Amino acid sequence: MARVVVDVMLKPEILDPQGQAVQRALPRLGFTGIADVRQGKRFELEVEGPVDDAALARIREAAETFLANTVIEDFTVRVEEAAK
Amino acid sequence: MTTRVGVVTFPGSLDDRDAQRAVRLAGAEPVALWHRDKDLHQVDAVVLPGGFSYGDYLRCGAISRFSPVMETVIEQAKLGMPVLGICNGFQVLCESHLLPGALTRNDSLHFVCRDQKLRIENAGTAWTRDYSAGQEIVVPLKNGEGRFVADEHVLDELEAEGRVVARYLDVNPNGSYRDIAGITNAAGNVVGLMPHPEHAVEPLTGPTVEGLGFFTSVLKQLVNA
Repeated sequence: MARVVVDVMLKPEILDPQGQAVQRALPRLGFTGIADVRQGKRFELEVEGPVDDAALARIREAAETFLANTVIEDFTVRVEEAAK
Repeated sequence: MTTRVGVVTFPGSLDDRDAQRAVRLAGAEPVALWHRDKDLHQVDAVVLPGGFSYGDYLRCGAISRFSPVMETVIEQAKLGMPVLGICNGFQVLCESHLLPGALTRNDSLHFVCRDQKLRIENAGTAWTRDYSAGQEIVVPLKNGEGRFVADEHVLDELEAEGRVVARYLDVNPNGSYRDIAGITNAAGNVVGLMPHPEHAVEPLTGPTVEGLGFFTSVLKQLVNA
């Protein structure tokens, strides 16, 4: 089965207080030099059958209508190469 | 004939009983609606209550928005049926695109629970006509993801068209843009509100009874229609 990964991130102009909290915690833990953190979501979809253009188009539709709220979030869709 | 106001129960709804109670105290007949039932059972208006429907999985309101009952609610809302979304219900209305913008994590990252002062900005909607514009009320507010956000041009449009229904006074509890606590659609029949008027309808349990006006407003709207 092929895997398609959908990454969802808050749009750059939307404040991400969770990412900020993570960023503020890093230096306290000794991880310095991180200027900014944005937190997002990753969906791994295991696709039955071939991942052709039609299948990808449907997944993009799912991402646009359901997995992401495009009022506040951007998404990317990519096919993950199968690990052999 | 008594006015029938439906209150939807999703898995994870919390405030459906309080909303039903508010409807009853306002003089209407509350009708329990179930998320899996498309049938609205001849109600004249619908309240989407607060809570954590579907565990807030994915995003608040994102899964509820595709429930069978919402298909009919969205269809009827577009035809003019009054719909009030409170807290999680407001999130459902934004996810349904019946209202613009979105509700995101409070800027403080803390869940906020307080008696909140509001100013009613638009007393012309189906749910606010028993108030007067500029009236100040206090009702409970409790949310973790109540921060209203939208594009600048959407915010400007909401302001220009008088579609900001209520604004936070004294304290902005969650970082909402322009202190927005509630908005309406262009027709004024769909209202989303982050604070909880249904918890301010009786002196015994509420800080005030100033929330009752939302429920008496819709009654008046329907009787006069």
